Amino acid sequence: MAEDMLKKMAQSIIDGDLDAAVALAREVVASNMDPLEAISKGFVVGVNTVGEAFGRGEAFLPELVMAGEAMKVAIGVLDPELKKRGAHREILGRVVIGTVEGDIHEIGKSLVATMLSASGFEVHDLGVDVPGDQLIGKALDMNADILAMSALLTTTMVRQREVIEELEKEGLRHRIKIMVGGAPVTREWVASIHADGYSEDAIGAVALARNLVAKA
Amino acid sequence: MTRAIESISDPRLQLQILSGQDICKIHDATLQIIEKVGVKFPSRRALEIWAQAGADVDFDRMTVKARPDLIESALKHCPAAYSLAARDPSQDLPLDGNHVYLGTDGCGVEVIDIASGERRISRLQDVRDIARIADATPQIAFHWVPVSAQDVPAPVRGLHELQAIWENSTKHVQTESIYNEREAQVAIDMAAMIAGGREALRKRPVLSLMQCTASPLGHDGGSVEAALLAAEAGIPTGFMTMAACLTTGPATLAGNLAVGNAEVIAGTALLQIAFPGAPVFYAAAQTASDPRTGAYTGGGPEDFLFGGATNALADFYNIPLSMGSFATGAKEPNWQAGIENSLSTFMASISMADMLLGAGFLHGSRIWSFAEMMMDCEIFSIIRKTLQGIEVSDETLALEAIAAVGPSGNFLSQPHTRRHMRDLFLSEFMDRRPYAEWEAKKDDARDWALAKARRILAEHQPARLDPKLSAEFSALIHSAEVPA
Repeated sequence: MAEDMLKKMAQSIIDGDLDAAVALAREVVASNMDPLEAISKGFVVGVNTVGEAFGRGEAFLPELVMAGEAMKVAIGVLDPELKKRGAHREILGRVVIGTVEGDIHEIGKSLVATMLSASGFEVHDLGVDVPGDQLIGKALDMNADILAMSALLTTTMVRQREVIEELEKEGLRHRIKIMVGGAPVTREWVASIHADGYSEDAIGAVALARNLVAKA
Repeated sequence: MTRAIESISDPRLQLQILSGQDICKIHDATLQIIEKVGVKFPSRRALEIWAQAGADVDFDRMTVKARPDLIESALKHCPAAYSLAARDPSQDLPLDGNHVYLGTDGCGVEVIDIASGERRISRLQDVRDIARIADATPQIAFHWVPVSAQDVPAPVRGLHELQAIWENSTKHVQTESIYNEREAQVAIDMAAMIAGGREALRKRPVLSLMQCTASPLGHDGGSVEAALLAAEAGIPTGFMTMAACLTTGPATLAGNLAVGNAEVIAGTALLQIAFPGAPVFYAAAQTASDPRTGAYTGGGPEDFLFGGATNALADFYNIPLSMGSFATGAKEPNWQAGIENSLSTFMASISMADMLLGAGFLHGSRIWSFAEMMMDCEIFSIIRKTLQGIEVSDETLALEAIAAVGPSGNFLSQPHTRRHMRDLFLSEFMDRRPYAEWEAKKDDARDWALAKARRILAEHQPARLDPKLSAEFSALIHSAEVPA
């Protein structure tokens, strides 16, 4: 694939330019180029560049989020083409994520979902106010590596424990790692409900998820 | 013995953050947002009230768009002034635009244990202890539920918390930890039992209710339904926006004010459409997210400006304001806590926010510190004293004393000095000792503040709630927990 085409792909991610990212991905499909190469040598380079700038304190969170969203739409175009070719991109792991039942707070959960997906996880975001059995059902259907639950209220935070207890009761707890998050979640809470980990922000959540799948 | 509440009133200092034209622009933007973008009300009851009033309601998306005249005519019913009642009537709080009252902050999840100094998950006993200390502290005028009673069942937690405060203090209680109709109903019943019936409660609301919006441009269904129930009972009710620049609000301050204003104003209009004349207040604790990480900051220049600007908006709508100040993002009582809590509270106070929330927290309203609570009260006292300004009169010009002392004397033995020395601010926690004394002990404000809190907790006996009432509360809460 032409060097400048790959550079443009990376740049579209760095700029958080969704339109450019989609147009480039479509060009890959239309001109029968290798979608895997487009991802690994083009788009992913952009994500890494932004990630590294973020790590140095130069890039801000919105740049990271926009890069993640541009990456997501590019992959969205390329995924069907990959399937057609019988190829598949490497994923770090599969994550089912949602805000627990009775709680409508979205932003932290969505931020974590975007960051995980930009970092190479396959993410299934069930949204907000999600009943425990739906979280568990989806996690089992997808054979997910990680179930991630968010809660902003101390009164809804207890749902995190209920889901874990349900998994334990059904003898399924060993099959999946549990990540929890939300403003009231503390280390002590995580220990008391036997979750596998928590993070106070989205960046930490990615590091945690990487750790959890590496251990699995 | 509980001392008279110290509030800020008749300030001599003034500050204009927004011009009249700025405020009109924000108001126009707000109306445009409500009309064109819409606000989400995920409550069947709320949506039906809006539909009946003629708003454009999308029941599937649970979103309301309302014309400016509908909003503006509803807001005309808001009472401009009313009082928050206390169990002890001498502690009633007139919200009349000329008082700034400090409350405890609320909804924390951890506590620095008053005895051991260890950080741990908050419990019901903490709610009791904090209420008792607040009852004895003249700077604290009213309570929020300070921390979450995580050792009692979640479905009735908000009720246990209310009982705990009423049993330990005679001051007004504003709950911010009840988010559904079912719990709100019992809370109103409890308040009515204290006031002496539903009609008495309407006249003397010993309880008020604060609900957070879900920024941007959303409400929580349970919260809205609880608010409607409270407004119907004549209990002062407010919606608080916590829109944060960059994440739940635009990056710009004016845009963030408009988004938050649309949430609060739409919620307030709903209450007025349903129950015209219901006592309502504006509540806000906007902030800016940290640009690098998106983290909640709990302080910074943006917070200070919001603290001053929001009262200009509340004044424009002629309703009282409950303003988030204090609530430092600092992890312990330190330099950052001092800066953030002083400046945020100064800006909210100089613009005469009616209620300030509040004293006692670290780490962005998550960790309760008894030392921080006491030091926050001193910050409030410093600002209160500052806002009293400089009185210039024959008496304060002190010409007689100046003539009596003449050049090269001193004023220590003047009768004028004796008359006015107690006007000067007396610090409880500032270190004004000789250096050698500090060097020998190396203690500071944090130690003295904690010692004060411990002393109050050991000694202060609040006026008891009638034990019969306590027993009835327990029974009510029990029956709410176990459905018949």
